[in-house]
Amino acid sequence: MSLLTIVYALLFYVATLVFVVGLALKIRSYSKTPAPLKIPTGPTPKTTAGVGWRLAREVVFFESLFKSSKWTWIFGWAFHAGLLVVVLSHLRYFQEPVWLPVVLIQPLSTYVAGFAMVAGLAGLWARRWLVDRVRYISTPSDHLHLALLLAIALSGLTMRFVVPTDIVAVKVFMLGLMRFDWQPLPADPVLLVHLTLVALLLIIFPISKLLHAPALFFSPSLNQADNARETRHISAWASALDKRP
Amino acid sequence: MAIAAFDTPKLKGYPVIPLIQVGATSHLKPFVASAPIQKAVGFPEDLVEDWQPKAIAKMGDLLGKYRSLQVYMDACVHCGACSDKCHYFLGTADPKNMPVARQDLMRKIYRRYFTWAGKIFPWLVGAVDLTREVLDEWYTYFNQCSECRRCSVFCPYGIDTAEVTMAAREIMGSIGMGQKYSNEIIGKVHRIGNNLGIPGPALENTLEGLEEDTKEETGLDIKFPLDVKGATVLLITPSADFFSEPHVESLIGYAKVFHAAGISWTLSSHASEAGNFGLFIGNYEQMRNISMRVKEAALELGVRRIVVGECGHAWRVAYSYWNTLIGPFDYLDQRYPVPQHICEMTDDLIQRGAISFDKEANDNRIITFHDSCNVARGASMGNMVGGQFIIPRRIITSVANHFHDMSPQTVRTNTFCCGGGGGLLTDDLMEVRVKGALPRMEALKNVVDDHGVNFMAAICAICKAQFTKVLPYYGFDMSMIGGVHQLVSKAIRLGDK
Repeated sequence: MSLLTIVYALLFYVATLVFVVGLALKIRSYSKTPAPLKIPTGPTPKTTAGVGWRLAREVVFFESLFKSSKWTWIFGWAFHAGLLVVVLSHLRYFQEPVWLPVVLIQPLSTYVAGFAMVAGLAGLWARRWLVDRVRYISTPSDHLHLALLLAIALSGLTMRFVVPTDIVAVKVFMLGLMRFDWQPLPADPVLLVHLTLVALLLIIFPISKLLHAPALFFSPSLNQADNARETRHISAWASALDKRP
Repeated sequence: MAIAAFDTPKLKGYPVIPLIQVGATSHLKPFVASAPIQKAVGFPEDLVEDWQPKAIAKMGDLLGKYRSLQVYMDACVHCGACSDKCHYFLGTADPKNMPVARQDLMRKIYRRYFTWAGKIFPWLVGAVDLTREVLDEWYTYFNQCSECRRCSVFCPYGIDTAEVTMAAREIMGSIGMGQKYSNEIIGKVHRIGNNLGIPGPALENTLEGLEEDTKEETGLDIKFPLDVKGATVLLITPSADFFSEPHVESLIGYAKVFHAAGISWTLSSHASEAGNFGLFIGNYEQMRNISMRVKEAALELGVRRIVVGECGHAWRVAYSYWNTLIGPFDYLDQRYPVPQHICEMTDDLIQRGAISFDKEANDNRIITFHDSCNVARGASMGNMVGGQFIIPRRIITSVANHFHDMSPQTVRTNTFCCGGGGGLLTDDLMEVRVKGALPRMEALKNVVDDHGVNFMAAICAICKAQFTKVLPYYGFDMSMIGGVHQLVSKAIRLGDK
């Protein structure tokens, strides 16, 4: 077993652990922190079902962003939709046999989604330089997030269209990781860059702004129903005030 | 501190997003609360010795108590969707008035003391130490936010800068850096019962005067009852309604509605204030204590219903928070919403045909409606989505013939704050107030030019006071602003129906 294989196997175990545990801890902290007051923002649904529909529209269509800025919406939505398809199509490296839907989306992933990701990221990055307001609020970390995602997408497309890698071997390596039966990883430089950056993305997820993904579901302005008069809403610490003489 | 002269922005025919001007309003901050004012609301009298660790500890405390703050600190991706949505940014061009930048004033401290990334790589994520300079910047820019929530509507994660501003003010208050205007008013409510500091006898006198004036106008005995036990309705209204113009015209309107509908009602000298500045400073206990006066008055007077007058943030607290703060209201008549907005009550009476109008009485007015921010985005009316937009407009079109809405980007959920909300309605912030009113003034100018609008109705005491002051800066007549019930008052049929 080569040192390379051992290093990458360990890297992916660590990255997965950080991602899963880190995210679980964050989600726990969001769900345990009380929301003492009803603060849904308009236009607010009256019912829980309405709230579900509102969140679904935010997650699937980025409804609020669409209202805010059409350019950011186009780039942001293209990137996220592309990412979703690409991630789903990558499931084929982790399963045998491969699910039919994952097989069916392969052409979409290859010829559309990867390029949509790159175009979206490029547009979002351009905004960081071209729009003075967005330039003002951008931190080094904002630029690095875009650089990281763009490098992941470009290295992936490079392997698909320019210097093909041995994807059968990659799949054997990944299945080996999942079965705790390590198999050799091909020493292809583009592949190694791609995998390193993906591991890095998993590691920074729970400690960076990538937390926007789970945070959306816990945002009180979006996930509360407008029923304050009908149903008394009270948190534990606020309720303790009522018991004080 | 003399108030420096400033230029009123020019009104353009269409909205223009300004290029940023760094530091454009860095010189504008409200007076800091003096020692006696701080003491009266239970805050430290001066900036405490070890303010830095205390502020950080307080932030930790709030992060554990408010999910909103915890989630909003993490969720922002700096996408810039909110960057051109704040009226203060549009009016001043100061980039720290962009909602994201205002939040970042706190987020950079959050990252430094509460996240791994900020502890290890502060430069990477824009984390900084909480220095005196940062604290001063907090005081400046968290007092240039009116907590109107417009940004939250446009944020893909619903991040509400108002929650961040409230937390920042709560932290600053707790280390002895309170804002004079808000804290002085909170002290007055505790001491006297209302924001304007009108004692009971003076209130009684005023109401008697109003009865005489109304008798002169209508020839009828229209009552303005105070502390009447056993009345059906307790009316909680902003104290500005008792003394200020044009506010008092709406109070007369409420009295006429009660009279025409034959509903017995009363005001309370103990709870002679709808406004709740505890909201502005983000202090739950203050907000609760101020609200408690309403519960005490309702129980003392034995009323069956509580109705709230025209006041924006008061309605947010009443509609969204009262049930939490001072509920449950099981001692009141459950056939009516608790609390009920005066517009809900009037609208209901209109729909049932219990009151009627001579709409021609308002024919000299071409009317538009300014949705007050805290009603639009922090509360509702009626048992329907968007009731807070439908009901006031339905009243206006029931009592007047000429109505035109302003541009859709500036009304309903998208409405712009008047520029004076959230504890900014003070003369030491006049420049911020005038410039913050720009987006509303531009929208108003369009309907003035296109439709000859000469009256802007609002249902908020702060909006009315702010526009009375600010309209003349933009070349409009200050009497253009008034209440919805001011229009009701003019047209309602009294006596024999």
